[in-house]
Amino acid sequence: MSTTTLEPSIESRVHYLNVSYGIKSWLLTTDHKRIALLYLVSITLMFFVGGSAAVLMRLHLIEPTGALVEPETYNKLFSMHGIIMIFFFLIPSIPATLGNFLVPMMIGARDLAFPRVNLLSWYVYIVGALLTLSGIIAGGVDTGWTFYPPYSSNYSHTHVMLVAFGVFVSGFSSILTGFNFIVTIHKMRAPGLTWFRLPLFIWAMYATSVIQVLGTPVVAVTIALLALERLFHVGIFDPKLGGDPILFQHLFWFYSHPAVYIMILPGMGVVSELVTCFSRKRIFGYRIIAFSSVAIAVVGFLVWGHHMFVSGQSVYAGLIFSVLSFAVAIPSAIKVFNWTATLYKGSISYDAPMLYALGFIGLFTMGGVTGLFLASMAVDVHVHDTYFVIAHFHYIMVGGAVMAYLGGIHFWWPKITGRMYPDGWARFAALVIFVGFNLTFFPQYMLGYLGMPRRYAVYPPEFQVLNVMSSAGASILGIGYLIPLIYLTWSMRYGPLAGPNPWGAKGLEWQTPSPPPTENFEETPVVTEEAYAYSKEEA
Amino acid sequence: MSEHQATSGVLDPLAHQFDDLEQQHEASYFGMWIFLATEIMFFGGMFAGYTIYRHEYFSAFEAGSRLLDWRFGAANTAVLICSSLTMALAVRAAQMGQRKALITFLLLTIVLGMAFLGIKFTFEWTRDWHEHIVPGINFAPQGETLKQLQDAKVALPHVELFMFFYFAMTGFHALHMIVGIGLLTVLTIMANQGRFSPQRFNPVEGSGLYWHFVDIVWIFLFPLLYLIGGTH
Amino acid sequence: MWSGFPLRPDQASTIAEGFDHLFYFETAVAIFFAVLIFSTIFYFAVKYRRRSPDERPAEIEGSLALELTWTLIPAALCAIMFYWGSSLYFTNSRPPTAALEVFVVGKQWMWHLQHAEGPREINELHVPVGRPIKLTMTSEDVIHDFFVPAFRVKHDVVPGQYYSIWFQATKIGKYHFFCAQYCGAQHSSMIGWVYVMSEVDYEKWLTGGVRNVSMAQSGAQLYQKLACITCHGTGRAPAFNGIYGKPVKLTTGQTVTVDDAYIRESIIEPSAKIVDGYNPIMPTFKGQVSEEELLQLIAFIKSLGTEETKVAKP
Repeated sequence: MSTTTLEPSIESRVHYLNVSYGIKSWLLTTDHKRIALLYLVSITLMFFVGGSAAVLMRLHLIEPTGALVEPETYNKLFSMHGIIMIFFFLIPSIPATLGNFLVPMMIGARDLAFPRVNLLSWYVYIVGALLTLSGIIAGGVDTGWTFYPPYSSNYSHTHVMLVAFGVFVSGFSSILTGFNFIVTIHKMRAPGLTWFRLPLFIWAMYATSVIQVLGTPVVAVTIALLALERLFHVGIFDPKLGGDPILFQHLFWFYSHPAVYIMILPGMGVVSELVTCFSRKRIFGYRIIAFSSVAIAVVGFLVWGHHMFVSGQSVYAGLIFSVLSFAVAIPSAIKVFNWTATLYKGSISYDAPMLYALGFIGLFTMGGVTGLFLASMAVDVHVHDTYFVIAHFHYIMVGGAVMAYLGGIHFWWPKITGRMYPDGWARFAALVIFVGFNLTFFPQYMLGYLGMPRRYAVYPPEFQVLNVMSSAGASILGIGYLIPLIYLTWSMRYGPLAGPNPWGAKGLEWQTPSPPPTENFEETPVVTEEAYAYSKEEA
Repeated sequence: MSEHQATSGVLDPLAHQFDDLEQQHEASYFGMWIFLATEIMFFGGMFAGYTIYRHEYFSAFEAGSRLLDWRFGAANTAVLICSSLTMALAVRAAQMGQRKALITFLLLTIVLGMAFLGIKFTFEWTRDWHEHIVPGINFAPQGETLKQLQDAKVALPHVELFMFFYFAMTGFHALHMIVGIGLLTVLTIMANQGRFSPQRFNPVEGSGLYWHFVDIVWIFLFPLLYLIGGTH
Repeated sequence: MWSGFPLRPDQASTIAEGFDHLFYFETAVAIFFAVLIFSTIFYFAVKYRRRSPDERPAEIEGSLALELTWTLIPAALCAIMFYWGSSLYFTNSRPPTAALEVFVVGKQWMWHLQHAEGPREINELHVPVGRPIKLTMTSEDVIHDFFVPAFRVKHDVVPGQYYSIWFQATKIGKYHFFCAQYCGAQHSSMIGWVYVMSEVDYEKWLTGGVRNVSMAQSGAQLYQKLACITCHGTGRAPAFNGIYGKPVKLTTGQTVTVDDAYIRESIIEPSAKIVDGYNPIMPTFKGQVSEEELLQLIAFIKSLGTEETKVAKP
């Protein structure tokens, strides 16, 4: 342990943050760690834009007749919330920030295989985000994030083209990231780092990248066809001109269901790292967790039709999609059981990242078991397109992916910035978020079961009590997200120095100083043991 | 370090993140295949749509296919196959370190690519415009064309749908050709500056893969668009 | 205050009864696993909390027996839910033959409904209790979705297509129906009420209003008005008698069944599927007949008899 709490050491040593200064040194960087920070800032901005839309929606729904805005505006708010949160926050969240920062370090490489492609992907993301934001500023879009025709192609009078084009462009940023990771993980592992010695985060990123590379182009071409239809009034999806609107739904969900796994698989990877570190245990069932990530990625491509049980697809197609949807639940369940078993006879500490990880396991379980309702066709008929679905995917996406993202940020923050944040505040924030989240979304399961459809600007009065509960939770949740923003920013300057490995964690990224030097390691590490060898004594 | 990387990366025979040239070569070659997997899915979405409507509006698609002039398609197929050959020869020349041959074959490939686009844009699409069979903007078949469609007893909107697929698929294909020609132009300039050697020719090899891929897409497009109507 | 806070939706149809059994089963499974995971995590987190900073727990490799247990038990439960959910779905998606028919057209942003007997309604649907009702639905513009929570039925209403749902109400009362597929500005106002009435009340309601013209009769009037009669049945175009539900051969050699979708297509896009032996001379009626009139024409053609029961009428 070379670094203690000696103040000057961090300043005197050259690392990736102080190697060069000025705007240009950031905007033209090809260092994966700096690009990760560029992404971190961008997606954080987008998160708060999308989040404020959500807060407005929840405030509006306090009254059955709508407390705040006209239905037209409400429709734009939920569309904006969905589009920004999915395409500009959740999909890039863990891969583009933590993944970008950690993939090369975890495998002992100096950078990703294609550093300039990596920078390009950020610029592509920014162009996509600016296009979408300009569409929103110009007046917004009211199609929902799903862009279903013929509404989106022939009926909506809002800025569909601009926003859809932004989404189209941002897809390529996702493709480039996935492409870079696949090549890097295949070709650039350090000596001795075999596939089954890789941290499970890398397995998860690998599975994610496969989906990004194979799924995203399909939604790109689908959106392109939709744009051509809107522009030239040809009837590829419009039934009035011989087209089939159901075809759009097939193509759209062919990407957008696997996209859910782009969001959650990296979270599962993060949780595997956190649970092992804070219980000082080797992961229970390493290979099974690794293979379950791959299984989820593969089977996840074959379940899209469960979004269409009531849309008019054949009942026999529905049968196949239903059985495959149940099948994809099983590897997820296996992961949950293995994480839980990892705790058994461990040495469990309650640091903030661990609280997020435990929160993840619980909330993901609830999101997962409610997914079973949606996979069984007869039940889906009733809860489809109601708040039940909203609650289900927020339990997965917010309770799952965002909790894991925050846990990961808290875990690797000392590595990224070289400084610690105030632990008490971090645990407090984790608790506030957990409570606020459940208060927001649990009532929505009940609302959906009672029959309240989603995307309703006004609703019958019997649903009011649950809606008010949900709105109250949302305000707690909103505050919960602001707390880390404040203390993490504070810690960048005033936090105590962290040292190379404050958690006593395994993994190559902890064997280099914090913040790491530009090329990550002084010399390429050689790996001689399996991941998570926590029972071995510290060197 | 990073600044050096940004300005002179192309010149470096070995980028800093790789251990040796072999690793760098393998990474770029493998990367190209991953990229092509993305491309296959991109075109795959359109092929899926095509398949569904072809099944749904079988005779309209056949009639639509007969509106196209298969001779343009056939000529372009020949042009593209030749260009794949010259591209392969260019890669071989790069491998052998024959700079002159490399430049010649790259230029030949560019010329053939331009010929393809020339036939497509100036002859074929112009003809389609005059025949009023451009979907969305100018779709109002007249005279002979209209009679032909009426004889085939097919609904005009369904023929328009076929024409839409024809323009969307060949349009995206042509876009890929334009990108390819751009790539080859850059390669030619780099070759002229002597930046390739038998040790480092990844960009030529990668662009070659891309060019062959675009070619193969056309090999599928040609029969599916021009030939499904049977004899004329 | 809790009167405005229901925990369960009304259960008012035969489908709802079957649904609720499965839903309760799945809720039980969900609660079991959620409680299992939450309590295990909590128990482990307390019991194995770190007691000293340099504590090193012993290594545990994993266990095949455990892995198999927690793979096979969830798999078995999933298999049960899959079988149960699918068989119920199949039953629910087949309307009984003796159902009363109601035709539904969704448009931005209202529901037009017409009973086969003639009465029309907007955003309201009156049905008798204890009899199967079949709704045949289509849309004039974008995709809508007809959803009755108390009956647990829902289906997208797609322009250019006919989809059917059915239900048999079990409880007299007044229940919400919603549009569940986002359809534009006033999506959330596209809601209405189903009135489930006793058989007697329903009969009263049916005959109570103005003199009813059944849908088939309206269709017959349209048949005259649109001058279909000049060709159909004269040899220039196929006759309608007894044609409904029957397979016909097309000029392309394919065979189609004369159903709602085929009749609709033949009016809107006459040249798409021509019956063998005829010429494509019929003009399109696209834009001239509304979705509701289309449904009336279909009801008329249907009333001319199906394959089994040929009725010789106009």
